[in-house]
Amino acid sequence: MILSGGLLLYATKDFPSWGDPTSPASTHVSPRYLKKSLEETRVPNVVTSILADYRGYDTMFETTVIFCAGVACFMLLRTFEKRETDHYYRHVPTGITIHIKGQREIPIESKEFEKIDAIWTPYDLIINTVSRFLVPFIQLFALYVIAHGHHSPGGGFQGGVILGASMIVLAIAFNLRTAVRRLGERIDSIMSALGVFIYSGIGALCVLLGANFLDYKALAQILPIDRVAARSDGILGVEIGVGIAVMAVMICVYNNVASEGRYDEGL
Amino acid sequence: MNMEAFLNHLVAKYNFWLYIILMMIGLYAMIAKNNLIKKLVGMNIFQTAIILFYVSIGSKKGGTIPILEHVSGGAQHAIDPANYVNPLPHVLMLTAIVVSVSTFGVALALAIKIYQRYKTLEEDEILTRIRES
Repeated sequence: MILSGGLLLYATKDFPSWGDPTSPASTHVSPRYLKKSLEETRVPNVVTSILADYRGYDTMFETTVIFCAGVACFMLLRTFEKRETDHYYRHVPTGITIHIKGQREIPIESKEFEKIDAIWTPYDLIINTVSRFLVPFIQLFALYVIAHGHHSPGGGFQGGVILGASMIVLAIAFNLRTAVRRLGERIDSIMSALGVFIYSGIGALCVLLGANFLDYKALAQILPIDRVAARSDGILGVEIGVGIAVMAVMICVYNNVASEGRYDEGL
Repeated sequence: MNMEAFLNHLVAKYNFWLYIILMMIGLYAMIAKNNLIKKLVGMNIFQTAIILFYVSIGSKKGGTIPILEHVSGGAQHAIDPANYVNPLPHVLMLTAIVVSVSTFGVALALAIKIYQRYKTLEEDEILTRIRES
């Protein structure tokens, strides 16, 4: 290991200096992207235009990799067998926990009782209230990051991660049961597939309109805009697909890993 | 290589040295640690070193973020690529970060499965249990 480290350190002798504008990495294709992005796609954020337009294939398969990671987590961990354990209920107004031994179910049909998974699951008023206030703003900010990715740093990946984090905050501050009630497992799985479908669907739509795969110029035939604006809008659609897929996969991975696939309070 | 040349080399390229040291820390953790979670942490350090390496390749002295100046509907002025950092490594690493998070989730899922089966995460204990059975 020291040998390989030493060899790598020796190899830095041939590297360009830090911040050198004439380094090989900065002189090949990137000047072309920088020069042509605004003219060809009307997207001032070059990172976004490369991500979704010039290198759209790459990003599409990255999204597919993320989708596969979510499916793999689900397949590895998810179990549907019920454990033979006791039930716990919390009386919400007083905070008293009721422990029912054996397999008997809910004693009283009442809104005042909520099902919890372990006797130590704490109920913290401050954390619950603050997170309830924060989550809508986090989600609003995530939507801004996705929608404004053309003009400021942001895009589908970042916004999707923030959206997923907002649901994970809910799962940590309350419990996993509350978060799953807000966004069910079935809807979450459908959304992760839907995100990839939106991305590849836009690509396939371009083929149907007679252009290459993911060549958004063709969208100008069905939208009332010119060919340059069509590329800009195609990028937006793709980013929305990426955002949905990333959000759903983040939530799916968290739910499965945190509860060992039982979707209860596992940790 | 005499001392002065070596120092010049170090000052000009110390970022690469830092990343290689970070990468070797990660590699050491992946090879030498016994606990599977520590191995995963080492893998994440390794990935972080590579991400930092890519991002630093794209930097240019005096360059700003690659969001072009523009006025809506106005005339285009010429864009000098030397004024903006290279956006390509940023794009590659942007996707790599999210992919590394989700692959880390898969790795944790595998670790949970191993724990459920062998009731331990220490590599040598897992190996003895496999030999016993």
